[in-house]
Order: sequence, then C-alpha cells, then structure tokens
Amino acid sequence: MLDSIDKNLLEQVADLHKIPQGAYNIRKNGEGVARNTTKNIDIVTKKDKPGIDVIVKPGTKNESVHIPVILSEEGLDDMVYNTFEIGENADVIIIAGCGIHNPGKKKSQHDGVHEFFVRKGAHIKYIEKHYGEGNGTGERVLNPKTIIEVEENGVVELEMVQIKGVDRTIRDTDVRLHKNARLIVSERLLTYLDQTAESNITVELVGENSTAQVISRSVAQNDSKQVFHLNLRGYAPCRGHIQCDSIIMHNAQVSSIPEISALHSDAQLIHEAAIGKIASEQLIKLMSLGLTEKEAEDTVLKGFLK
Amino acid sequence: MLEIANLNVTSAEDNDQVQILGNINLTLEDKKIYVITGPNGGGKSSLAKTIMGIYKSTSGKIKLDGQDITELDITERARLGIGYAFQQPPRFKGLKVKEMLKLAAGPNKKINPHDLLYDVGLCAQDYLNREINSSFSGGELKRIEIASILARDLKVAVFDEPEAGIDLWSFQRLSETFQKMHEEHDTTIVIISHQERILRLADQVILIANGEINEIMSKEKILSDIESLDDSCLCKEDCNKGGRASVGFNR
Repeated sequence: MLDSIDKNLLEQVADLHKIPQGAYNIRKNGEGVARNTTKNIDIVTKKDKPGIDVIVKPGTKNESVHIPVILSEEGLDDMVYNTFEIGENADVIIIAGCGIHNPGKKKSQHDGVHEFFVRKGAHIKYIEKHYGEGNGTGERVLNPKTIIEVEENGVVELEMVQIKGVDRTIRDTDVRLHKNARLIVSERLLTYLDQTAESNITVELVGENSTAQVISRSVAQNDSKQVFHLNLRGYAPCRGHIQCDSIIMHNAQVSSIPEISALHSDAQLIHEAAIGKIASEQLIKLMSLGLTEKEAEDTVLKGFLK
Repeated sequence: MLEIANLNVTSAEDNDQVQILGNINLTLEDKKIYVITGPNGGGKSSLAKTIMGIYKSTSGKIKLDGQDITELDITERARLGIGYAFQQPPRFKGLKVKEMLKLAAGPNKKINPHDLLYDVGLCAQDYLNREINSSFSGGELKRIEIASILARDLKVAVFDEPEAGIDLWSFQRLSETFQKMHEEHDTTIVIISHQERILRLADQVILIANGEINEIMSKEKILSDIESLDDSCLCKEDCNKGGRASVGFNR
C-alpha cells in the first residue's frame, strides 16, 4: 500500500518511519488509505465534503494524532477540509503535513482547510511540515488555510515549516484568542529557484489577558519571492509580539508587511521585522574556525531556520 | 613560529589609499606570549586580522613554520593552526554554545566542553544548551569566544582585547587560563590589550602606533614606563602635572 516514495514523503513531513502509534489518518492521492482511532480520539470522514473530523475527548492527555497527506502523482488537485474538536483540558500533539512527489509535467496541488476548536483549558501543539520532491517540471503547490478558535485558558503552539521543494504556496492562518488564551507561532520558511511563498497570519486578541507571540524566520535564495502579512488586532487588555526575520540571498525578494491594531487602550502590541543578508562577521568567524565559506553559510542558515 | 616581513596593508577609501599598516617586521616564536598594546586606532586589530587573513596585505610576506601563507585565505590559515578571538564576536541565532565549541574543535578532535567553559569562568550547565543570540551579554559572548579558541589545537592564537567586558572576579581566572595554555601547548599567544595585568603575562610587549611597530620591549620596561606615566601627563602642555611622558606614542 505504501511504497518507498510514500515512505520517504511520510518521513519528511511527519518524521514517520513506519505506521505511527496512536490515532492517525493517512491520505494519499486524494483518498484516505489508513486510519486508526483510540479510546479518546475519534476520526470520522466528513459526509458533505472531502475531509475528516478529529474529535479529542475532554481531558485527553499525552496523546498524538498524525494526519499526513501525500501526493505521488502528477496532475492532482486535492482539496480537503479537516475539523478538529479539542475537548476541555485536553493536551495533545497533532502532526499534519503534506509531501508532494511530482514525477511529471503537470501541476500537483493540495489545498487544506484546517479548522480548530480548542475548548476551555485545552493545549495543543500543531506541527505542519510541507515538502516537495520529484524530477518532473510540474509545479508542486500547497495552500493551507488554518482557522483556530481558542477558548478561555487554552494554549496553542503552532509550528509551521516549509524547507524544501514547494514551488508555490499561499498560507493563511487566522486565530482568535479568548480570555487568558495563549498563542505561540513559530514559522520557518525557505524558498529557492523561482519559488514563491506568501504567509498571512492574523491574530485577533478578543479576550482579556490573551497573549500572542509570532516568530517567523525565513530564507529567500536564488530568484524566489516571499511576502509576509503578519497582523495582530487587540480588542481587549492583551499582549502581542511579532518577530519577523528574513535572510535574503542572490536575487531573491522579500516583503514584510506589518500590521498591529490596538482597539483597546490596554492592548500592548509589538512588531519587529528585519530583512538582511547573512552578516559577514558571522561568516568570517566560522571561516576562522576552518569552515569553508559555503560550510559557514550553511551553518548560519541551519541555525537560523532551526 | 610566525614570521612577518615588510608587511604593508592599505585600504582604498574615496579613491584615496589609506595606509593601515606600514613596514611591519615581526618574529613570533613558539611557546611565547606577546602582548600588543598602543593607542586606539593604531593598527593593533588590523595586524591581528591580517595574520588571520581577514585583511589582505598589499605587500610583504607572512610565514608559518617556514611555509609562505601570504596568499592563503581565512579557511586555509585556520586549518594550518591560526586562530583569532574577535574583539566583538558576532551572535548566531539558533546556534548553541556546545555546537559552536564542536565546530571550533573540528570533526576529528574530542573536547570536554565543561572544562572549556570552566576555563573561561562559565558554568557548563547554564550555558551549553543556550543559543548564542541576543540574550548573551557582551562579557558572556567574549568568554564563549575565548572558549572557542581554547577548543582548538593552534600554532598561533590571537586574542583581541579578551578582557574587555570581563568582570574583575573572572579576570584572575582568565590570566590563569592564558598561563595554562602557554604551559601546556607550544602555541604562540598574541594578546591585544591595554591591561597592566595582561602585560605582566608577556614575554615581550609590542607597541603599535600609527600603523607601525613603535617599539618591542620587555614587560619590565613597559611596566616601569607605565609607572612613570602615572606620575606624569601626556598632554605636554603646561598643566598641573606638567607632564613629560617617557613612552612616546609618535603623536
């Protein structure tokens, strides 16, 4: 059922070497191919549109859900809607991610809409890795949309990583934070050749004492282009911090467009953005330890995107 | 042994050639400590950077153990055993202290990172897994920088104002570390410094001003000169001290 290409894709997007422990749903070329549910985590196929509902019972602790998507044919246009219901005081890790192996000339595309309801006091860590490969000239396109509602005292950690092989991406992330809710976003993006990437993150801090921290780091190489719209809106006494850092190389282009809006006088919002080359001091320091210029560059980038 | 002969460094600024270093002749022997001192902007760091290959020489020769390294780049010189501790070390987002020390030691050398950090007065438990980012103070950064030099087997180690930003309590420890490095290895140690306590470690003191070597002297001589400096004044005007400095900085 899963061949070597599939296994490699799974390893890249979900660090999976074999079928995972716990709950999982593996989607391949537009169809579900494997699923497991547990006592506390149910996975149900949607009836009205493609996709699944993942239901985590209140109080579930230390469990994980793997929901990787793999595409290994050319010319696919896969669209999926997934809904996550995270019960009160649950604490789970959700590992999503999409790997595309495009062997042909036609475009392969996966668009995913992920909607999360994080109930009172629940804590999720959501890891989403995107990866593309294949020798064909067909484009590999991934457009994820993530919508998250975080209820009182809920905590959401988002880790969004796209390091290799995705030609076009537009990623939209919308989060609403209620009272005492907390959001930590860590985004890592690398583009090269003539790839394009756009990341739009909007966080609405609607509840008292809600906090958001968004750290976005990217590297743009060759002729690639990146655009970041990172937007915080504070409607209540709240705190928010965006840190957007990009390393630009070769002929790449990066736009970082900040927006912070305080709609309450006790909203404290900070936006920091920086775009620049690798500091020559860093390269010289590493070269003076015996690294070549290329090795020094790789070391700086690897650390930066970690 | 590092031999520098007739070394000149110039830089082009606004179409003007500015001399950075002029006619430097130096022989730095194994197992010795040299302290380079002199006024700010006199060329001390430029000499250190030229030894490391960061600045290119315009003319002259540099030889390491008889091998001409004048045309070698930074990486090649580093691999032959030259090391340079930066005056203002850069920070690295995402790179941990233990990873930096491993990079410094190279792929084939086993190091004990705990001992290295102890030698620069840092507690390994607190630092090994920390990233070398903006959370580090200037003094902490300098110590990690020194540790990264100690991690290597070097023929020539150049330290650019290693004591700057290091607190008084740790200063003694630092002096001991240099002494130990001196006793245990054949390394030629070059320290750029203005500190009397560092000068006391020197086998020889090299005074650089206006891009040239002004004088090479014993530490005894410079220390007695400093003593008389304390009693006099450099302004050479008719001030209270009416100074007559005995160390001429070629002003």
